Amino acid sequence: MFAGTVLYALINSVILLLMAIGFNLTFGISGVSNFAYGALYIMAAFATWMLMNLVGLPYFLSAILSILFTALVGALMYRFIIMRVRGQVLSEVIATFGIGLAILEFFRYLGFVGIEYSLPVFLDHSFIIAGTYVDMQRILIVVSSVVLILLLWLFIHHTSIGLAFRGIAQDERTALTFGMDSDYIAMLSVSIGAGLAAIAATVIVPLGTISVGEGYEVLLNALAVCIIGGLGSTGGVIVASLFVGFAQRFTDTYIGSHWTMIVSLVAILLVLVIKPSGLYGKQKELEERI
Amino acid sequence: MQKRKERIDRGIKVRSEDIFALCSWKEMLYLSGPRLLPLIAFALLPLVLGTYWQRVLLSVAVFGLLAISWDILAQSGMVSLGQALFFGTGAYCSGVLNHYWHLPPMVTIPAAAVVGGVICTLLLLPVLRLRGIYFAMVTLIIPLMLVRIVEATKVFGGTEGLSGLTPLPSHWIELYVSLAALLGALFGFRRVMSSDYGLVLKGINDNDRSVMNAGINIYWFKAQALFLSSAVGAFAGALMTHVYMFVGMPVFALDYSILPIAAVVVGGHGSLAGAALGAFILVPLSEALRALGGLRIVFYGVFLVVFIVALPEGIFHFVTRKYHQFERWVEVEK
Amino acid sequence: MSLTPLLRVVELSKAFGGVQAVSRISFDLPKGQLLGVIGPNGSGKTTTVNLITGFVKATSGKVFFKGRDITGLAPHKIVRLGIARTFQMVKPFYQLPAFKNMIVPLYSPRVKGLAGGKYGDRDAVALDLLEEVGFERDAQVAYKVASVLPQGYLKRLELAKAIALQPDLMILDELFSGLSLAEVASIVPIIEKLLLEGKTIIMIEHRLKELFRIAHRVVVLNYGRMIADGPAKEVMENEEVKKAYLGSEE
Repeated sequence: MFAGTVLYALINSVILLLMAIGFNLTFGISGVSNFAYGALYIMAAFATWMLMNLVGLPYFLSAILSILFTALVGALMYRFIIMRVRGQVLSEVIATFGIGLAILEFFRYLGFVGIEYSLPVFLDHSFIIAGTYVDMQRILIVVSSVVLILLLWLFIHHTSIGLAFRGIAQDERTALTFGMDSDYIAMLSVSIGAGLAAIAATVIVPLGTISVGEGYEVLLNALAVCIIGGLGSTGGVIVASLFVGFAQRFTDTYIGSHWTMIVSLVAILLVLVIKPSGLYGKQKELEERI
Repeated sequence: MQKRKERIDRGIKVRSEDIFALCSWKEMLYLSGPRLLPLIAFALLPLVLGTYWQRVLLSVAVFGLLAISWDILAQSGMVSLGQALFFGTGAYCSGVLNHYWHLPPMVTIPAAAVVGGVICTLLLLPVLRLRGIYFAMVTLIIPLMLVRIVEATKVFGGTEGLSGLTPLPSHWIELYVSLAALLGALFGFRRVMSSDYGLVLKGINDNDRSVMNAGINIYWFKAQALFLSSAVGAFAGALMTHVYMFVGMPVFALDYSILPIAAVVVGGHGSLAGAALGAFILVPLSEALRALGGLRIVFYGVFLVVFIVALPEGIFHFVTRKYHQFERWVEVEK
Repeated sequence: MSLTPLLRVVELSKAFGGVQAVSRISFDLPKGQLLGVIGPNGSGKTTTVNLITGFVKATSGKVFFKGRDITGLAPHKIVRLGIARTFQMVKPFYQLPAFKNMIVPLYSPRVKGLAGGKYGDRDAVALDLLEEVGFERDAQVAYKVASVLPQGYLKRLELAKAIALQPDLMILDELFSGLSLAEVASIVPIIEKLLLEGKTIIMIEHRLKELFRIAHRVVVLNYGRMIADGPAKEVMENEEVKKAYLGSEE
């Protein structure tokens, strides 16, 4: 049972990581709050479902279209709403959260609740690793996570756009003087972050059904992982997702599922109190505390 | 010829400045009108409304208190995403005092306000030193955590909560006590915030290093603001416990955290009157939309976004500006 | 004449990560002296002030004020003991009038005995203090909102805020920066008056000519170390100081 728990904990961590990647890019690295993240995740899943079941498109096409669509929605969201409240963090949070709320509850209102709302798995197959069943979908999740993280890391640290992303978070005025159009870059960041959420949704949602409530959980998980790991640090996000993933899984197996969320929340609290910038955060000493 | 908009104080505003307000009834009315209006309105409304809308008015008072509590914190530099913490703590305090020790509401409500305030302040003390966003996250997380803890440990009635608590003597008292509390908090804390003490709190918000540099212990002051705010929130919670005669996990619901913020966004941040106004607008609106079912929350979200983007100053400031000043187009001088 | 110096700094050091910002600074400051602290940018002047006033925790070393060890105390406590400082970048409460900006320091426990505590009394004290630093009373400059005041007045406001705390030691961080010669000339008498009143002052400055006219003694920092300490004229003859400021000859 122990080996099985460890394995599933690892997979859980990877799932959390995948969920958090897009959020980290937008909020952690570029400094733009997008609290509609969870809503965009679910929206992507529903979009794929609708394209498949209402329009009749094949799975791959639907998935790709919905990823592009979500990225577009992210860009529009920035251009028409976030851009106007840029800089005031609270307003950004409230505005994006409002959008997310509207989207999620709209789906709930339309009645998109039930077991028939689910996405098919990529390949229906299982392996036995270390004495436990692991299905193909979960393997796919791990693979795609690794690939995405690598791509992201390369993007952020080795391309000029990635550098621009980091630049506007550090000091927007200076970035402007360098000729970076900070609005355009922020829009790209939100858009790509949304696209990443869509990718995560496409891969993770097939594990269960598309549930509106999961939208809020995704946001909370992404937030937790990013905070514990340290906003903006890719390495930190990896470590944090391992930390939270393991904590959640072990609590679930050995203590009881009721306590799973509590453990995550306590973990966040402890990090915030002891080292607010997270495990690998880059906040300067003077800025962290007053 | 290019034109620009010019804003000038209204004649009557200038005439009612300082002692000249005593010149005539018109000037005195200009000044006292806005202050008397809510007093009279809240005194008379309960008499003309039916039972259903009276309940809504009670809700207005409760959310108004929560919104005021939020704004006090915000003006002192702390943004809370978890008013539900204050509300829930107060609710449980009075519920517990009533259920286990059979103390009457007259005692439990004030006691819960104070004790709830102390508990919340102590809980949040470790994070007072941190930057705003971390404080906000912690306030978001603690109520979520408390819900799960209550659920898991089954303390204080667990998932079922405590029911059969003592109600208040009559529903008229319920209503008027809560409205009186709202008005009291509104005018009282406005007074506090416009005094020198309030200036220090606002200074902490604006430039905390400068305030610390003046030899003032900002953490002590922040703790005080936190206590005041959480006591108000706890009071609201305690009141509701006795109105519903029940306390349970729902008191930590996200609703109680989000609606006050929405009320302040709509009504106007920076003045407690805006917070109360926001509650006065949003709560009945929310009730009226109940017919729409799930669509209600959608409307909510959109409403919130529209306000933040289009009228960030809030209705109260907008109305105040119109009341005191008028605008006109003038030609740009060369 | 063995009076305890008002301020005694012993081997004060601060490292930020790998950077040694301040390295083993020591000096004694007797009461009533005006000490100038100069040095190229980045030499650790403001960090030293932050260390003395408690805004930054020292890596090692001690600070004694009036004989008492104040190393590591919180800034507000140090202020209450009698040290007041100004900041290099003045940041007043912009939407408030100048005299309302003074309310916060006047609310400080350090000046408890000053003016009752009733709303309105502090206003009068604030207006008086501002007049002393040059806010012309008849022009009602003190009533103007801080956002419309020019830098010269804002610097004087900052100075007034420090004076309001009735300190024994005042640390002025680049008070003269951004001011015209005339403005500096009008502030100097105020500082001289403060000295006459018995205050001890430390001034960090880049405007050397103006500083040397009033400083009794000057300390020079470079790359976090103290490289000279003595009367102004003497210090400027020091080879190392010349090199630090002017760069190497070749």
